[in-house]
Amino acid sequence: MTVIERREIALVDLLDRLLAGGVVITGDVTLRIADVDLVRIDLNALISSVNEQVPSPFDLPGAAGAIEAR
Amino acid sequence: MNQLRYVYAVCRPFEAALQADLVGVGGAPLKQLAHGGLVAVLSHVPPEDFGYEPFKAHLEDLDWVSETARAHQSVIAALTTVTCPLPLRLGTVFRDDSGVRTMLEDEGEQLRALLARIDGRVEWGVKVYAEPVEPAGAAAAADRPASGRDYLRMRRTRRQDADRLWARAESFAQQLHTDLAARSAASRLHPPQNPALSRAEGQNVLNAAYLVGRSDSEEFVECVERTKDQEPGLRVELTGPWAAYSFSDPDSGTGEEAR
Repeated sequence: MTVIERREIALVDLLDRLLAGGVVITGDVTLRIADVDLVRIDLNALISSVNEQVPSPFDLPGAAGAIEAR
Repeated sequence: MNQLRYVYAVCRPFEAALQADLVGVGGAPLKQLAHGGLVAVLSHVPPEDFGYEPFKAHLEDLDWVSETARAHQSVIAALTTVTCPLPLRLGTVFRDDSGVRTMLEDEGEQLRALLARIDGRVEWGVKVYAEPVEPAGAAAAADRPASGRDYLRMRRTRRQDADRLWARAESFAQQLHTDLAARSAASRLHPPQNPALSRAEGQNVLNAAYLVGRSDSEEFVECVERTKDQEPGLRVELTGPWAAYSFSDPDSGTGEEAR
């Protein structure tokens, strides 16, 4: 376990959890910036901005074969 | 302007002290706010960065998001050494302490139920990648098609090879997921990762999270390790242990498929 703990966490694994996981509080007392849809839209913008900088690797047909998440 | 409150996690009250040098986003010291048998772990953040509009703008800046996410994660990681924290979504911000208290009051019942579910458990991430075998340079040159018909035949062969790999990858991932889900308290499928963001080789065909008891974790990890070199062209990656980020949704942890 400790070996894995010491390895640096990949940003993408972190974002999977921090932007799609964690308790979402939606009460009036928050600024509602944790709103799920908002974060999801902006993550897409984020990824497309990365895509512009980094030429996208060859799109493989296997994408369609990936197990669908809900 | 008044400082806002960035809340990282909700925990049961804990005795042990956190590392003295531990700070939250923007380097601010951590505070604990107790209410109704729950503790919110928070730090003060400036409204210039964490107000609604500035935060929204920052979310388009990968460096800023990365820095904030790592700061959030380091607080959660420190908390896991002293308790079993229930992590909140990145960027959960309140106007003041009384807002945090109201949240603990209003959401108390649900937060306690979630804390009970993740108690003594950690999250493991398992990903499977399919790596198409590139024709070796020399072989590819030797295989230069002599005619149009040869060229089409080669293309078809290559596509059939790829199709077989995807089919194999899918059935391997399904089987692995079924096996691992049976060893965990709950499981969740994340969407396959974007290769532009992950920079990982190959196509991500499984991106799953499993909620596993601490005492069962060694066995779980061994089970994943055993599959690592099982199938040529398929790569299995394990991450964790994580705090139970993927199981903090009231609907996510019933032990059923999140599909």
